[in-house]
Amino acid sequence: MMLIELSGIERVFTLGDNVVRALTQFDLAVAAGEYLAVMGASGSGKSTLLNLLGLLDRPDAGTYRLEGRAVTTLSADQQARVRRERIGFVFQSFHLVPRLTAAENIALPLMLAGVEPAERARRVERALADFGLANRAGHRPDQLSGGQRQRVAIARATIMRPALILADEPTGNLDRTTGAEVVRLLEMLNAGGVTLIMVTHDTVLGARARRRLVLQDGRKICDEPA
Amino acid sequence: MNLPDTLRFATRAAAGAPLRTFLMVLAMSIGVAAVVVLTALGDGARRYVVDEFSALGSNLVIVLPGRSETGGFNPANAITATVRDLTVEDARALTRAPAVLRTAPITIGTSEAVFGGRLRDVTIVGTTADYLRLRRMELAQGRFLPDDEPHAAVAVIGATIRDELFGAESALGKTLRIDDRRVRVIGVLARSGQGLGMNADEVVILPVVVAQAMFNTNTLFRILVEAKDRSLIERAKMQTTEILKARHDGEEDVTVITQDAVLATFDRILGALTYGVAAIAAISLVVAGILVMNVMLVAVTQRTGEIGLLKALGAEGRAIRNAFLAEAALLSAAGALAGYLLGQAGAFALRAAIPALPAHAPDWAVLAALGTALAAGLLFGVMPARRAARLDPVLALAKR
Ligand SMILES: Nc1ncnc2c1ncn2[C@@H]1O[C@H](COP(=O)(O)OP(=O)(O)OP(=O)(O)O)[C@@H](O)[C@H]1O
Ligand SMILES: [Mg+2]
Repeated sequence: MMLIELSGIERVFTLGDNVVRALTQFDLAVAAGEYLAVMGASGSGKSTLLNLLGLLDRPDAGTYRLEGRAVTTLSADQQARVRRERIGFVFQSFHLVPRLTAAENIALPLMLAGVEPAERARRVERALADFGLANRAGHRPDQLSGGQRQRVAIARATIMRPALILADEPTGNLDRTTGAEVVRLLEMLNAGGVTLIMVTHDTVLGARARRRLVLQDGRKICDEPA
Repeated sequence: MNLPDTLRFATRAAAGAPLRTFLMVLAMSIGVAAVVVLTALGDGARRYVVDEFSALGSNLVIVLPGRSETGGFNPANAITATVRDLTVEDARALTRAPAVLRTAPITIGTSEAVFGGRLRDVTIVGTTADYLRLRRMELAQGRFLPDDEPHAAVAVIGATIRDELFGAESALGKTLRIDDRRVRVIGVLARSGQGLGMNADEVVILPVVVAQAMFNTNTLFRILVEAKDRSLIERAKMQTTEILKARHDGEEDVTVITQDAVLATFDRILGALTYGVAAIAAISLVVAGILVMNVMLVAVTQRTGEIGLLKALGAEGRAIRNAFLAEAALLSAAGALAGYLLGQAGAFALRAAIPALPAHAPDWAVLAALGTALAAGLLFGVMPARRAARLDPVLALAKR
């Protein structure tokens, strides 16, 4: 069974008379544990694809099965639950809550899921140690470097032990070496069994993925080695 | 997200924007403080008046000459009624009513009192011996009007009159000239301070017959009637009306009112005033509520990215709505509490400034103010909270 199955996906944006087909006739199958780089020119539909995969957006047509279950027809609350338990997001701009400490940011998904405070503290402490942030637990985001911020974001994305990590240009705001560190971190997680889908403009980073998907005008023009 | 987490999250959010939080708490607290202080003022005034009236003497029934039409104008009455005067004999007759303990006729006028070259305008009260007990007055010196000598040329004077006419001298036994009549001072009233109506410190009390002769009249201004017991007030009123009707050839040409009725009227008027003032002050709470709404809407706009993130992390719409509602509720509660303390401090300052005024905010007003503040905060917090919960996650995340 595939982790992700997209078939006949259409996503159309209408701005006045202007109709943009951000994704069209889009099919995709991803097995559990894969490492997929999504590439393509700006405006080719990469973020739109990731938003659909992350259930942040709904397609105008087509079906999406996640772990064998049709998820496009779920209610908003059911989709929220799937996001909470099965999907982790990593963003280009980190998206940390500025008034919360690193530990509190990492604990957010646990809090939303209603995990007991004691259990929460235990898991956050482990995550801080795993991601080399043990001595940064009480720091707020503005007291952290870019690389540290993205590590906090990754720790937060993995704290619920999701099946799928979606990363939209996770290195876009980082310098080359820090970016490479962050990608290695994500690859380690992938080596541990998590499916990783990463949007990137960087061909060097893209080349590291075991499978590369190239988009153009909302279509798949290259999928190798499929 | 459970309740403690929601509250903690909301507290952190409120603490994260201290100026915004301070302004909202301030607006809310001013509204609550206004209600507390203004109702304290209104209720204080009501209690002051009620207390003053009670000090006039208890179980009082007051007889006024002439009929006051309360049930609308009656033409039959207007044609036939010839108003008879109230007389000292009427007052004496009333003491025979079973429910009546004592009565005091009253005639009132102003004149000049002279002693040793000093001259002063005084209020003359003509009455009888029972007046002292009926009005619950105290003597500082000497004795009151005698029971058995209704024509004696004697006077009992108020404390201020004594000070101004006699100074350091003793007033007892001295002769005072009033309107070319000589009266001997036999008593001085204890100082009572400013009261409602006439100031007892500035009166000269004469036997009613002497006062009537002075003013060349044989009518009375009032008859005060004291019932034997609080429960007998209504019966005393009925018996008074009956007796006077019989004495006035079957004509009901007097007005008999009870002090309770007067008191109840004042109580009602001032009570209504307090409610009115409270309602006006409550408007400031609604204004504060609207402010809460605007500030929360700004907060939702400022935190759009954060809301998008929470949705991506799997927060249901309900969790986001509750977080923003909790924030509005916390700010309102803090404002209500601060306003309550501020208002009580204001009422305390009022009492310190005007010791005679028992300016305590009534419990209903305090509860209503706190309740309205919380309700306004929650009510006006609903719209921003729902807007936050409905944000599209993709657009929210795109916003930086
Ligand atoms: N909310 C929207 N409303 C209208 N058009 C949109 C919206 N979101 C995306 N689009 C359009 O859809 C197309 C695909 O956008 P998308 O963000 O997926 O591109 P992308 O491949 O992620 O580009 P980039 O590399 O610049 O991030 C673009 O033409 C974009 O203008
Ligand atoms: Mg993009």
